Amino acid sequence: MAELLQFISSGLTVGAIYALVALGFTLIYKASDIINFAQGEFVMLGGMTTVFVALAGVPLPFAALIAIIVTTAIGLALHRFAIEPARGAGPVALIMITIGASIFLRGVAQIVFDRRFHSLPPLFGADPIQFGSAAILPQSLVVLASATAIVTLLWLFIDRTLLGKAVLATAANRLAARLIGVDTRRIVDFSFAVSAAIGAIAGILITPIALTSYDVGTLLALKGFAAAMLGGIGSALGAVVGGLLIGMIEAFAAGYFSSNYKDAVAFLIILVVLVSIPRGLFGRAKVERV
Amino acid sequence: MRALLETRLMPAIVVAVIVIILPLLFPSAYYYRIGVLVFIFALAVVGLNLLMGFAGQVSLGHAGFLGIGAYSVAIGPIHFGAPSCLFAGAILSGALAFLVGRPILRLKGHYLAVATLGLGLLVAIVLTNEAGWTGGPDGMSVPGLVLFDWSVRGAYTWYWIAGTTFVGGFVLALNLMGSPTGRALQAIHDSEIGALVLGIDVARKKLTIFIISAMYASVAGSYLALFNGYITPDAAGFLRSIELVAMVVLGGMGSIVGSLVGAAVLVVLPQALTIFHEYEQALLGLIVMVFMIFLRQGIVPSIVAVLDGENDDPGD
Repeated sequence: MAELLQFISSGLTVGAIYALVALGFTLIYKASDIINFAQGEFVMLGGMTTVFVALAGVPLPFAALIAIIVTTAIGLALHRFAIEPARGAGPVALIMITIGASIFLRGVAQIVFDRRFHSLPPLFGADPIQFGSAAILPQSLVVLASATAIVTLLWLFIDRTLLGKAVLATAANRLAARLIGVDTRRIVDFSFAVSAAIGAIAGILITPIALTSYDVGTLLALKGFAAAMLGGIGSALGAVVGGLLIGMIEAFAAGYFSSNYKDAVAFLIILVVLVSIPRGLFGRAKVERV
Repeated sequence: MRALLETRLMPAIVVAVIVIILPLLFPSAYYYRIGVLVFIFALAVVGLNLLMGFAGQVSLGHAGFLGIGAYSVAIGPIHFGAPSCLFAGAILSGALAFLVGRPILRLKGHYLAVATLGLGLLVAIVLTNEAGWTGGPDGMSVPGLVLFDWSVRGAYTWYWIAGTTFVGGFVLALNLMGSPTGRALQAIHDSEIGALVLGIDVARKKLTIFIISAMYASVAGSYLALFNGYITPDAAGFLRSIELVAMVVLGGMGSIVGSLVGAAVLVVLPQALTIFHEYEQALLGLIVMVFMIFLRQGIVPSIVAVLDGENDDPGD
């Protein structure tokens, strides 16, 4: 029983991070039909920038803020300088551009920062809290609470504000959105910026638990992507549920089966989901026109 | 000249001549080494190009097949005492491609990209974790190739082996594209439904080309392992897969000559820039981005387009 609780808590923590990455994917995909493989690099940049700005003597909260701003700017730059000029390219070309961007950002990160692992001090100390017979890190609770807050805020924003409605309109039909006066280019800009910010926050939150280095992005991006796929790509609810599910399955696989193969779980899920239920758990069936 | 260029095998003859003449310009064994690497990668890229450029199916996990080829020439002799199983890897890769091909190739666009990526990563994870067989993340050494008491080693010998195999693979690819299967694949590329209506067994043709391209990558992997004498799971990794795709798009999707050009650029460039070793990843990323943004057609098709524009403006 203690084991079970332990796996659930660690699975939910990691799952919350996957969910945030998946949410970033979803946001960009909704607004622009682009699968952004550099999403994991946003997470890495958030963590690494905070670490290095803090090392330079800036108090941690400000360092985190700076990291979020820097990452958001990079997200915007990615859209403006890499995606925009390639408008009209096919899906494979766009995937290659974002993969190129991801490798580029990683390469730059290992020059600007370094190639070592780094950590951040947890927000409320490192002493685990006892829940019955399971021990939970306070930072895990911080991760879960923040992820919940981000998801709620994002939902409120999309549902209640004019800009949010414009995002929905763009997602539904880009041409129609433009006809009624939505500047769809700005909407895509916006979705890249918000995705980058969410990624950066995820990176800052997870660093005290999971460490960060210049190359953590790839795996995170792929798992976040697996989460988005599992939930049904383009569905925000699906992204969150998918992320939590993958985190849990991974934790159980690591606990009961083999921790060496825990990374394989996400990819097996991708393959199984794609082959058996390509639209995911919450995705809408796509009708293809000939 | 144009009439000559239009015969199907002309490009193969040009490439064969390049393979033969190139050594005259080599001042040292180091250049032979680079030549070998170019041909080995070009072989894998030709295979991937058949899949991507002609059939229009993307694979972001081809390094997985490369890895299977590489490890089979190491595991075969060491664990089974089988002498240099040069083609065991190709058969194994072909079998894997056959097993997973049908369900995966039903997918399109991003979905196909991600499924193949997952497949490649699974292979890399298995190679990393089965340390008893593969030596784990540190890799394993590969016994040298012995063909009938002749132990094959040295960059010079390998240059001719890799060069010949590449030209062979090149001719095979050209012929394949000229065959009914090749035409069927190009029809699939243009419109899957159109091809279906014409009576082409789309699923089967896609599967065929997937298997063939997996075998190309696998043979290249076997050569790479035998030539280097050492292999690590990086050979099957995500970056390697991306590098292969980058070579295809750099040279030009659907241009078999482009495969050689793409492989040459991405093999030679990092060697030429060894002083900037630290910048290698950043550079690879930048090259991929810039090419996909500004020169989406790739080097060779762009050159061909420019030449065509100059030669035959008013009515060809």
